[in-house]
Amino acid sequence: MVRAKFSGIFSAMASQEPLSFQDLILTLHHYWSEQGCVILQPYDIEVGAGTLHPATVLRALGRKPWKCAYVQPSRRPVDGRYGENPNRLQHYYQYQVILKPNPENLQELYLGSLKAIGLDTSLHDIRFVEDDWENPTVGAWGLGWEVWCDGMEVTQYTYFQGVGGIEVDVVSGELTYGLERLCMYLQNVDNVYDLKFNKDGVKYGDVFLENERQQSAANFTGYDVDGLKRRFEDMEREVSRLLGMTGPQGQALVLPAYDHVLKASHLFNLMDARGAIAVAERQSYIGRIRDLCKACAQEWARQEEERA
Amino acid sequence: MPQLLIELQSEEIPARMQLGAARDFERLFGAKLTASGLTYDSIKAYVGPRRLALVVEGLPVETAAVTEEVKGPKEGAPEQAMAGFLRKVGLTQDQLTLENGVWLARIEKPGRKTADSLSGMLMDVILGFPWPKSMRSGTSSFRWVRPLKRILFLFDGQVIPFELEGLVAGNQTVGHRYLSSGEPFAVNDFASYQKGLADNSVILDHAERQAVILDKARAVCDVAGCELMDDQGLLEEVAGLNEWPVPILGDMDPRFLTLPPEVIKTSMRTHQKYFAVRDKATGKMAAHFVIVANTRAVDGGEEIKRGNAKVLSARLSDGVFFWTEDNKAGNFDGWLERLKGTTFHVKLGTMAQRVERITALAKYIAPLLKADPAVATEAARLAKADLASKMVGEFPELQGVMGGYYADAAKLPADIANAIREHYKPQGPGDTVPTGAISATVALADKIDTLVGFFAIDEKPTGSKDPYALRRSALGILRILREHNARLSLTALVKAWFANVGSGPQGVRQAADVTGEILDFFTDRLKVQLREDGRNHEVIDAVLANKDDDMVRVVGRIDALDRVLQSPQGQDALAAHKRAANILAAEAKKGALPQGEAEVQPGAPDVELALIQQLKTQKGVIENLLNAENTYEALLSLAALRQNVDAFLDGVLVNADDAAVRANRLKLLAQVCALSAPVADLSRIA
Repeated sequence: MVRAKFSGIFSAMASQEPLSFQDLILTLHHYWSEQGCVILQPYDIEVGAGTLHPATVLRALGRKPWKCAYVQPSRRPVDGRYGENPNRLQHYYQYQVILKPNPENLQELYLGSLKAIGLDTSLHDIRFVEDDWENPTVGAWGLGWEVWCDGMEVTQYTYFQGVGGIEVDVVSGELTYGLERLCMYLQNVDNVYDLKFNKDGVKYGDVFLENERQQSAANFTGYDVDGLKRRFEDMEREVSRLLGMTGPQGQALVLPAYDHVLKASHLFNLMDARGAIAVAERQSYIGRIRDLCKACAQEWARQEEERA
Repeated sequence: MPQLLIELQSEEIPARMQLGAARDFERLFGAKLTASGLTYDSIKAYVGPRRLALVVEGLPVETAAVTEEVKGPKEGAPEQAMAGFLRKVGLTQDQLTLENGVWLARIEKPGRKTADSLSGMLMDVILGFPWPKSMRSGTSSFRWVRPLKRILFLFDGQVIPFELEGLVAGNQTVGHRYLSSGEPFAVNDFASYQKGLADNSVILDHAERQAVILDKARAVCDVAGCELMDDQGLLEEVAGLNEWPVPILGDMDPRFLTLPPEVIKTSMRTHQKYFAVRDKATGKMAAHFVIVANTRAVDGGEEIKRGNAKVLSARLSDGVFFWTEDNKAGNFDGWLERLKGTTFHVKLGTMAQRVERITALAKYIAPLLKADPAVATEAARLAKADLASKMVGEFPELQGVMGGYYADAAKLPADIANAIREHYKPQGPGDTVPTGAISATVALADKIDTLVGFFAIDEKPTGSKDPYALRRSALGILRILREHNARLSLTALVKAWFANVGSGPQGVRQAADVTGEILDFFTDRLKVQLREDGRNHEVIDAVLANKDDDMVRVVGRIDALDRVLQSPQGQDALAAHKRAANILAAEAKKGALPQGEAEVQPGAPDVELALIQQLKTQKGVIENLLNAENTYEALLSLAALRQNVDAFLDGVLVNADDAAVRANRLKLLAQVCALSAPVADLSRIA
C-alpha cells in the first residue's frame, strides 16, 4: 500500500538530483507523518542519542500506543575533532522514529522510507545485519539489526525489549537514521562539511564548522572541571528532590526529574571529554546515572499504569 | 510415501545462529516423530536469512492398528476385582475371554492418522525452540528470534490445520525481498517449494549458497588476475546474509596496501564482511576485495561497488591513522603506563599488575625451557603493551600480531618481537605451538597466570560454563610442555605464582587448595587430549592412578606402557602382575594383607626361593631404569618375571595352613605388584 501511495513521488525523485540535508529531513518528516506519526521537534536538553528523548525512552513504557518521529541533535563531546575530521562531529543529527506497538509491516515501512529519500532497492544492496542494541546508562536493550546500504550502516533498527531496567509491556519498533552519513552517501561527498544543506548553495560547513571548532575546544580544554562536577551533583540532587515532590494530581514530578537526569548525563560526558574521570570513578558515575534513570523510568511506568 | 514440509518464515535471522537453528529443528522434530512411534526415511532442515524449513521423507499416512492384550483377574476372583478391571479397560464381562483360567481383555487400538499428530509436535518445537536470544514483538508474548511472518505446513500435499499467534498455516511462501514480486505463491511439495524459491531468486540450501559464493567469488577474482583468500567462517556468515548471493569485485585504494595484511583483512572481515584478495603473481594482498551482495542490481552492481569502496576507504583511513599513531617512538612505555589504569579483573587487579606476574613467572620458567632469562623477562614485560594501542583497541583480535609489528618497527630483538606475536598461541586445537624458547616461555607464563589467577579467586569452569576459557589455557599449557619436552613441576609453578602474587589479586584462596584443584584440572584435560589423540583409555587411567605433576613424564609413561603392551613381550609383562594382583585382591577381602618383604623360610620350595631371588635383582634393575627415565625398558623387564611367578603359583598353595607361610607368600606377591607401581596401576588394564 505504501509503495502505491508514494510511487508518483518516487519515480519523480529518482531522476532528480540527490536531496539536500534539509530536504532529507523534510522527506522523512513527510513520509512518517503519512504513517500517522506525531512529528515532534528536537528535545531542548543536550542528549547523546535520540533514544534519550522522553518521547522514546519514557513513552516506550506502559501499554499506551504511540507513534512519533523527530530529529534529535546528538552531543558526543569526546567525538569532537575541531572541525578537522571529515566524518566525526561532537554535534550531529539523528532521525528517530518510534512506533508502539511495532506494526507487523515495519520492515516494509522502513524500506519505503529509504525509497522515499532516493535509495532504490533495484540499485542498492540493502541488508539487515544482526546488531542487538543496548544502552546500559538507561537500562535499555532490544534486538534488531544495523541496516546496511552497500556496506554502510544507515540505520539502527531495534525492537525494544526493555527500558529503564524494566521489561516492556508492549514492544516498540525504533528506527535511528544517521542523517549526515546517509546524506553524504546520497550526495556522494566525502566530507561532511561539503554536504549541501539546502538547494541555495548553503553547505553544512557554513552552518556548523565554526560551532565544531569552538565546542571541541571547550569540550577538551575549556570547561571548568570543578564547576562541571558541582553541577553534576546539583542535578543529581534535583532528580531525587523532584521525584519526592508531587504535582496537582498528586503525581511525582517524574518528567522534570528525568530532564535533570539528562543534564547530569551530559555533564558527565563533558567531564569525560575533559579527561576528568579516572578509570576507577567511571563505573561509579555511570552507575549513578543509571540508578537515577531507572528510578524515573519505574515511576513513569507506574504513573502510566495508573492513568490507564 | 508421504512427505512433510514445514517453513517458518521470519524477518532476518542472525547469520551466526542459522546453522545451529537448522540442526536444532532437525533434532527436535525428529525426536518428536520418534517419540510418537512415527518412522521416516530422512529428515533435513534448511536455513537462510528469512526462513527455516524442514522436510521429512517417508512418513506413514497412519500408524497401524494394534491389539493390546490386558490380563485381568483369575477365574473365580472376587466380584469387586472383576468390576475394577472392567472399569479400567472400559469393557463388559461378555467381551472378555477366558484363557488358562485368566480373564483377558483385548483392546483394539485403531491406527492414528499421522496428520493428526503433526500440529501438536510443531507447536511444541516452536514454543520450546532454543534460540540463543529471542524477542517479543508488538503486544504478543510469543518469542521467536525475530518476528515470525508466515507458516507453511504441508503433509502429503495437504495443509495441516495450525494456528499460532494469529498466523494460520498454509501452502504459500514468498521469494526474495527485492528480486521477486513479493507476492506469495503456493507449493505442493518440497520439489515445487525449492523450485518456486529458485524461480523467485532464493537459494534455499545454505551449503549451496556457500558453493555459489565460493565459485563466483573465485571467478570474479580470476578475471582480475587475483585469487580469493579462503575464509570458511566468513563464508558461512555471508551465506547467512544472502538469499541470492552475488559476489562483486571491489577496488581498494592501493595506498592502503602499506598497512599490515592482517589489519586489512580484519577490517574487511569484521566490519564489512568482505573477502580479502591476493595477487596471483606475487602472492601478496591485492588492492581489491569481494563483496557478496544480496541482489542483482539493475546497473550491474556499479553503485554497490562504489558504495562499498567508499565505506572501506573510510575504515582503512582509520586503520592508517591508528597505524601511524601506534608506530610513534616511545609508544611501548606509554602503553605500559596506560595498562596501570586498565582493569584485568576486579579481583585480579590491573593489566599492569598482571604483566608483573607474567614477567616473574617467565623469569622462573626460562631456565627450564633453556631460554635466556633476561630476554624472556623483557619479552614478558612488553607482551601485553599493544593492548593499549589504538589498533588493538579497534580490533581486539589483532592483539599480539600488532605488538609484533610495533616491536619490529621499534627495532626490538627478533626473539622479543616473536614472543609478543606468538605468546597467545595455541589458541585452539587447530593452532600451532610457539616454537622459539622465548616465545614458549612467555606463552606458558601468560597462560599459567590466567589459570592460577582465576582458580585462586575461585572462578573455576563449571559444567559447560568456562567464561575465561581456562580449559583452553590448560590445553595450551599441556601442548607447549609436550612439544617443548619441558620438564617442570606444576606444583612448583603454582607456588611460583603465589610467591609473586603482588598487590593485584584480592581475596585469594590457600595455595594448597588451589594446587590440588589445578592438578586435578590438568589431569582431566590431559585425559581429554590423549583420548582425542585416540589413545587407549585404560593405559591413560593406569598411569594417571599415580598423582604426578610433571605432565611430560606422565605422557612419557603412557607412551611407554602403550608400547610395552603392543610389543611381543607385553602380555608376559602384564601376566605376572595380573596373577599376583588377582590373588592379593581375593585375600585382601579376608583381612588386612601383611606388610613388609618376604624372607627365605626354612623348607621353602625351590620355586619360592627362585622368585625371592629374582625379585631382589629385578628391583634394582627397574629402579636403575626408572632413574634413567627409561620407562619402556623398565616395564618390559617385568616380562622376565612371568616364568618364575607362574612356577611359584602353580607349584605352591599361597593360602597355606601355616599362617607364617601364607603371610610370607602374600608379601612376595605384593612385591611383584610393587615393582610396576611407581609407573602405573597395571590392574586397571584388562
